[in-house]
Amino acid sequence: METVNGEREYPFCEIDPEECKGCHLCVSSCPAEVLEVSDNLNSKGFHYAEYKGSGCIGCGFCFYMCPEPGAITVYLKDYEPGKAV
Amino acid sequence: MAKKTVLRKPKGFLDVYKHKPGAEKDRTHYCPGCGHGILHKLVAEALEDLDVVDRTVLMSPVGCSVFAYYYFDTGHFQVAHGRAPAVATAVSRANPDAITISYQGDGDLAAIGGNNILQAANRGENFVVFFVNNAIYGMTGGQMAPTTLEGQKTTTTPYGRNPLTDGYPIKMCEVISQLYAPVYVTRTSLHDNANVRKTRNAVRKAIQNVKEKKGFSFVEVLGMCPSGWKMSSTDAQRWIEEEMIPVFPLGVYKDVTDEDRSSIDRPTPVHEVDRVLEALDVTTEKAELLSKREVEPRYANPSIRASGFGGQGIMSMGQAIARVGMKYGYEVSWLPSYGPEMRGGTANCSVKVQENKIGACEATEPTVIIAMNRPSLERFEKILQPDGTIIYNSTLIEVEPTREDAEVYPVPITGLADDLGNTRVQSMVGVGAFAGVTDLFDPEEVIKLLPEMFGSKASLIELNEKAVRAGYEYVKENF
Amino acid sequence: MAKKLLKGNHAAVYGAVLAGCEAYYGYPITPASEIAEMAATLMPKLCRTFLQAESEVAAMNMVYGASGSGKRVMTASSGPGVSLKQEAISYSAGSALPCVIVDIMRGGPGLGNIGPEQGDYKQVVHGGGHGNYKCIVLAPNSCQEMCDLTMLAFELADKYRNPAFVLTDGVIGQMMEAVEIPQTVAQLPDKSDWAVMGTAESKNLINSIYLDHDELEEWNRKLQEKYRSLEQNEVRIEEYMVEDADYVGIAYGSASRVLRTTVDTARSQGMKIGMLRPITLYPFPVKEIAALPDRGVKGVLTVELSCGQMVNDVNLALKGKMRSEFYGRMGGNVPSSNELLEKFKELFGV
Ligand SMILES: Cc1ncc(C[n+]2csc(CCOP(=O)(O)OP(=O)(O)O)c2C)c(N)n1
Ligand code: SF4
Ligand code: SF4
Repeated sequence: METVNGEREYPFCEIDPEECKGCHLCVSSCPAEVLEVSDNLNSKGFHYAEYKGSGCIGCGFCFYMCPEPGAITVYLKDYEPGKAV
Repeated sequence: MAKKTVLRKPKGFLDVYKHKPGAEKDRTHYCPGCGHGILHKLVAEALEDLDVVDRTVLMSPVGCSVFAYYYFDTGHFQVAHGRAPAVATAVSRANPDAITISYQGDGDLAAIGGNNILQAANRGENFVVFFVNNAIYGMTGGQMAPTTLEGQKTTTTPYGRNPLTDGYPIKMCEVISQLYAPVYVTRTSLHDNANVRKTRNAVRKAIQNVKEKKGFSFVEVLGMCPSGWKMSSTDAQRWIEEEMIPVFPLGVYKDVTDEDRSSIDRPTPVHEVDRVLEALDVTTEKAELLSKREVEPRYANPSIRASGFGGQGIMSMGQAIARVGMKYGYEVSWLPSYGPEMRGGTANCSVKVQENKIGACEATEPTVIIAMNRPSLERFEKILQPDGTIIYNSTLIEVEPTREDAEVYPVPITGLADDLGNTRVQSMVGVGAFAGVTDLFDPEEVIKLLPEMFGSKASLIELNEKAVRAGYEYVKENF
Repeated sequence: MAKKLLKGNHAAVYGAVLAGCEAYYGYPITPASEIAEMAATLMPKLCRTFLQAESEVAAMNMVYGASGSGKRVMTASSGPGVSLKQEAISYSAGSALPCVIVDIMRGGPGLGNIGPEQGDYKQVVHGGGHGNYKCIVLAPNSCQEMCDLTMLAFELADKYRNPAFVLTDGVIGQMMEAVEIPQTVAQLPDKSDWAVMGTAESKNLINSIYLDHDELEEWNRKLQEKYRSLEQNEVRIEEYMVEDADYVGIAYGSASRVLRTTVDTARSQGMKIGMLRPITLYPFPVKEIAALPDRGVKGVLTVELSCGQMVNDVNLALKGKMRSEFYGRMGGNVPSSNELLEKFKELFGV
C-alpha cells in the first residue's frame, strides 16, 4: 500500500498474505483498528489479514501478537528505507 | 541496543526452515492463533537483542513444540517426553557458556516430566525454562493435562475434569517458587497486548539471567490452544482471561536476581596425563616383587573363606591377605558377600592367592576357612576341601569343628585383640594367625601395608601392627 | 607398571577417567553403587562433572545431553535401573550418540535380589528400548577388563557414534583383583561436525524424529549398515583350550571364570574340554561359534547365570549343526566348577 506520490508513510504495517494463517489476533490487537480481514483467500485457504493502508501508529502490538515469525513487519516512524536493520 | 526502526522476523529465527520437511519452509507448523508461535517470536527476538543467538542451545520437547528446532537459528536437541530439564542440565554443564533453553508444554513439564523439572529447579541449574501452559495436550489431540481446569472438557475428560477422580490443576509457579535455588519464577499470559508485553519482558530477563550465570529461571506462559479448546483465536484469548487466570494468577512468584548469590561457575575439565594419574593415585614406578616363600603343599595356592559377624572386619581381613599376596607376585582375587547380609548379619569373603590365573573366584570348596563366629564355622566347615585347614576364633566359638580330616587351629582371636585394648583389631589378629599357620608371607609385610589400608592415623596403625604380631606369635607359640 | 588392588566397579571408573570421560550421571543401586561413589570421588578432582540424578530415567537423559554436547560421558546401574534407562538409550541410538553405560547385573525379575545374575542379557544385547537399534556390548570377566573394556567402550562408542554397554554381573563388580592401570590418557576425538556446543559453528541438531516414512527408513538402513560393519570388525573372544577340545563351554562374565576352573579340572582328569568366551556380546561371535563343528568340537554347553538368554544366540550361530546344551543358575546363585564338570559328564558322557 503506498501513498499517492508512491512513497510509503511511516509507520507502516506490512502483512505477507502467504505467511498469514488467518487467526486474526492482529486485527483485534490493533488499537488503531487499521487491520482487517481480507475477503481474499491465500493459497492455503485462509482469509489473511490486511493493512488498511494508513493510520498505523507503530505500536507493534500486531507484530508481537502474531504467532507467525515473518507474517507481519512493522516499519516504525524513524524507519529509513534501504538502511540495513 | 539501538532503538528499533522496524519490527521484522527476528534474527533468532532461521531465514529458511531447513529442517522442516515439505515445501513450506517459510511458515510454522502451528495452528492459527497458537500461543507457541507468539512465544517463539518473543524468544527469537530476545536472543537477537541480547546477542546470544549463536550461543543458544534449545531443547525441543515432545508436544506441539516438538518441532521448535525447525525455526530457531541455534543448536538443537530434540528430547524425550518430559526430559528436557535433565538433558538441559547436562548441556549447560558440558558447555557452561551456552545459553541453554528448556522449552516445554504442560503435559511434558507437569505430568511425565514433573520430577525432572522439580529436581533441575532444585539444583539451580543455569538454564531457562519456557513453560507453555495451555491446559491441554495439544499434540495428541486434546486430552487432559495436569493443568486442565476443573470441569474442563477434554477428549479424556468428556464429562469435564472431576477433581475427585482426576485431581486438581497443578500450579507449577507456586510449586517451583517454594524452592530455594530458582532465581526467577513468573507467570505471564498471551491473551492481550499488555500481557504479551509483560511476557516479552519476562523472556528477556530470564535469558539475561542465564547469560549472567545466575541460575534457574522459570517462565510460565498461559497460551492459547484454539484447536484443542475448539474455539476461535480471539475466544481463546477471552477464555484465558476469564477461566484460566482465576486459577493461574499472573505475576512474579519469585525474583532474587538482584540478591547477592554466587554465580554458577563450572571449572574446565583436566585431561593432562600427569594430573590424571595423580588423581588416580597411580605410581609410575614398578613395584619390586618379594620372592615367594617355600610353602607346604597343603598351603600352596590357598582358596580361603573368611567369615564372621558384620563388624568383625572380615572384609579387611580378606583384603589384607590378597594385598600381601600381590606383593609376592601371586595372582589374587577377593570376593565379598555383599548387600543386606552385611547389615548386622554375617559377612564372608572368598580370597584366592595363586600361582596361575584365577578362574572361579568364589571359594566354593575352600582349602582354608577362617571362622570368627560359630555360625560361620558350622556353615563353612561343611564345604571345606578334604584335609583342609580350619582357623577358628576360640574366644567366641565354644564348640569344636566336626571335620575330623581337617587340621584345626583354635586361636582366641577376639581375646587377643581385647588384650590389646580394642576388639576392633581382631581382623588383623586373624591375618597374623593365617600367616603363622601357612607361612605364605612374612607378617611384617602385612604391617607395611597398614597405612595403605587404614590411612595414616598413627595410633590405629600401631594397634593393628600389634594385632598382626599377636596372631602370628600365638600360632607360632602354641602349635 | 604398578598394579593396584581394585574392585571391579572401581576399575571401570579408572578406565573411564583415563578414557577422558568428562561427566558421570548416575543413580545408586546395588551392586553398581561403587561406580557412582568412585566417580564422585575422582571426577571433581579433575574438574569433571559428577551428578547424582533424580532417577535412572533422568541420568540417562543427562547422558544424552552431555553426549550431544560432544563430551565423553558415562552412567552405570543394575537391572531395575537399566530398565528405566531404556528410554534415553533408544533416543541415543536413534540420534547416533556415543556414550558408555555400565550394567552390573543382579537378580530379577522385579526387585529380585542383589546377587549376581545375567538376566539383563536380552534387554541389553537385543535392544530393550523401542525401535531397530543395537548397542555395542562388552562383557568383562575380571577387574582388569573392567578397566580395559570400559576404555575400549569409549573408543568404540565414538568410532561408531553409538551407545556402548559394559555388561557384567555382581561378582565382577564387587570382587577385587590386581589391576594394571594404563599410564596414558586417551586422545579425545573431534566432534565439532555433529555435536552441539553452544557456538556459531556447532548449530547442529541432535534428533531422532523423522516424520517422513521414507526418510526414517533410510536412516534405519544407515544404522543397519553401521551394525553390519560392527559385526565385521569388532568381534572379540577369548578361547581357552579349544584347539583340541571335544566339548566347549561357552560363557561370559563371572560364569566364564567358573568355567575356566572347570576346564582346568577336566584337563587334569584327561577330559578334553575347552572354553569360548564372548568378550563382545554385540557384535556376537557368530562366525567363531559356527566354526566349532569344523574344528572337531562335538558339542557345546552354554553356561549362564540366567534361564538361558545368550544360548539363543549360540543356537542361531550353530544353526542346528551341532549338539548345543544349556546350564544356568538364577536368583543370585553361581554354579561351582564341579557342578559344571558334572554337567559336562552327564550331558556328553565325557
Ligand atoms: C513417553 C511418551 N508418552 C506419550 C507420548 C505421546 N505424546 C506426545 S505429545 C504428548 C502431550 C504433549 O502435551 P503438552 O506437553 O501439553 O504440549 P502441547 O502439545 O500442548 O504443546 C503426548 C502425551 C510420547 N511421545 N512419549
Ligand atoms: S496475527 Fe499473524 S497470522 Fe494471525 S491474522 Fe494477523 S498476520 Fe495473520
Ligand atoms: S494444537 Fe494447540 S498447542 Fe498445538 S499447535 Fe495447535 S493451537 Fe498450538
